[in-house]
Amino acid sequence: MIKFLFKGLLRDKSRSRLPVIVVTIGVTLSVFMHAYIVGFMGDIIEINARFTHGHMKVMTRSYADNMQQLPNDLAMADVSSLLNDLNSQFPATTWSPRIQFAGLIDVPDINGETRSQGPATGLGMDLLSPLSTEKERLNLQKSLIRGRLPEKKNEVLLSEEFSRKLAIDPGEQLTLISSTMNGSMAIHNFIMSGTVAMGHEALDKGTIIADIEDVQYALDMENAAGEILGFFKSGFYDDETALMYAERFNSSDTLNNDEFIPVMRSLSQQGTMGTYVSMTKMWSLYISLVFIIAMSLVLWNAGLLGGLRRYGEFGIRLAMGEEKSHIYRTLIYESLIIGIAGSITGTALGLFFAWLMQKYGIDFSGIMQGSSMMIPSVIRARITSADFYIGFIPGLAATVIGTMLSGIGIYKRQTAKLFKELET
Amino acid sequence: MENSSIIKIENLVKKFPMGKGEFTALSGIGLTLSQGEFAGLIGPSGSGKTTLLNIIGSLDVPTSGLVKVLGQSISELNAKESARLRKENLGFIFQSYNLLAVHTVYENVEFPLLLLGLSSGERKKMVMDALEWVGLTDKIRSKPPQLSGGECQRVAVARAMVKKPSIVLADEPTANLDAANSHNILKTMEELNRELKTSFLFATHDEKVINYLHRKIFLLDGRIDKDEVVSN
Ligand SMILES: Nc1ncnc2c1ncn2[C@@H]1O[C@H](COP(=O)(O)OP(=O)(O)OP(=O)(O)O)[C@@H](O)[C@H]1O
Ligand SMILES: [Mg+2]
Repeated sequence: MIKFLFKGLLRDKSRSRLPVIVVTIGVTLSVFMHAYIVGFMGDIIEINARFTHGHMKVMTRSYADNMQQLPNDLAMADVSSLLNDLNSQFPATTWSPRIQFAGLIDVPDINGETRSQGPATGLGMDLLSPLSTEKERLNLQKSLIRGRLPEKKNEVLLSEEFSRKLAIDPGEQLTLISSTMNGSMAIHNFIMSGTVAMGHEALDKGTIIADIEDVQYALDMENAAGEILGFFKSGFYDDETALMYAERFNSSDTLNNDEFIPVMRSLSQQGTMGTYVSMTKMWSLYISLVFIIAMSLVLWNAGLLGGLRRYGEFGIRLAMGEEKSHIYRTLIYESLIIGIAGSITGTALGLFFAWLMQKYGIDFSGIMQGSSMMIPSVIRARITSADFYIGFIPGLAATVIGTMLSGIGIYKRQTAKLFKELET
Repeated sequence: MENSSIIKIENLVKKFPMGKGEFTALSGIGLTLSQGEFAGLIGPSGSGKTTLLNIIGSLDVPTSGLVKVLGQSISELNAKESARLRKENLGFIFQSYNLLAVHTVYENVEFPLLLLGLSSGERKKMVMDALEWVGLTDKIRSKPPQLSGGECQRVAVARAMVKKPSIVLADEPTANLDAANSHNILKTMEELNRELKTSFLFATHDEKVINYLHRKIFLLDGRIDKDEVVSN
């Protein structure tokens, strides 16, 4: 009997192949969409992480309390031993010291008089040591507009827009006027080696990017840094882990009231990013949910129609003396087989496409001619564990429930009525 | 053999709900069929032939009255029991053949035996016998769409007969067949009736069928108008 039904299932393409294809398409789309949304929403988090927030950020307690003001007088001293600590305590994370600072950029003419001047926000990071991943993290090479990246001491990058405003060309000198860690005036000369465009208005207005050692020297911050950013080696922000790391790190010093004690903040614990992270979680859930519900309705309907189409066959089987409950059960088993087959192939396909999109992404920089960007101009999907089961909601549950509902007609209808449908 | 009545109907009424009221399709039907009869319900369209056949086949239930098939009262059977009655004792033949299109001739005829849970050895023998009766042993691997109408109806006859049921109910079995095929099918059924003592009950208004019948039950507007046995 089972063999008989199997034969029927395999031979009747409208009963097997077509539904499996429909389910597969639905599941593929659901899985892919989910990975895409998670990736897309995640990208915005990653951009902020790379430039300013890190996945986690270590600062002194008072620096953390006044983060907006870039209070380098509250910076951490003895950064190298703290880095060692962090690296051994959190080996799955890359730790990068950064100094954010504010100041005035002055471009002198041949006589040393001010040619042009403008306020700048500065980013000091490790640009020169060969093992540093910071250049890649900020995608500097691709964002370069003029000149080249810094290769030796005292070379800096300016944002392209800023350099135009200051009328400075690569190779020319500029002076940073800022304040040292101790509050006295700091003046330091740099060479602008090149310019970058970041595609973010806030960053493009007036940014200077310098090697952290130069900044330490200029601001009298020997072996000090305002912040140490932590990045998961997986490359993606994971709020649960970040929160857990922060809690673990902070718990060792809870009794200490020292305002210079280092504390760790997850990205979501830094200002408005917390709102964004929870919003992202909510929206990826909503959008995926809406999509999955829509797919479910389609597949439910397919299951429903598949059942209705077969009332004639059920009539024959009833006449032969098969029981209604048996027909109903075989119908459900068939939809289970179809649902499972479709969900598995659909999940595999969806994961494959998502993987392609995660690995290669869709590069929009070609479309946005000329304005190469410092932020990744590539939209990527991101596969999460949910993608391995999420497709089974529309694929299996909806298909089977649709079939169940259509199958109820077998009971509701008078047996003779099933025959009427069969006679026509 | 007179007391071996296999179908016994007394004062059967069948009403269908229609709009606000109801429509009486059968009223006051009384009928007894004995083992081995070759009988037909004859009447114009709408006279209630199919309705009566469906009730006897336990595909529908009477509104009132008594319908006993092989000693079992149709109105008292639950779904399981009526399925069992059909499975074990009744064969159906329809105007539009109603074969399972994706299954071969062999599989279509085998299906009733699968429901009976017979072993594959038994099934094979019975299917081949049945196909032999209708002369289709050379088409066992064909599927219904590849067969002519006459061949399809012969498969349907084989399917109805394969389990050697007590009663075969045939609703307009020749309506889609030409004269030659009709005679062919009817001869086959007449032979099976003679050899296996299977009772046949037709519903028809086809002259060709009527000429073969040994008993003619005329229906008119849901009542039995005439019931005559043909002596030969
Ligand atoms: N399910 C139903 N609901 C309402 N009326 C029905 C139903 N089934 C049959 N009828 C009505 O009962 C009457 C008898 O129908 P039935 O199908 O038994 O006729 P018939 O003698 O088989 O006709 P035909 O030769 O056209 O097949 C018809 O008037 C028909 O419209
Ligand atoms: Mg009829």
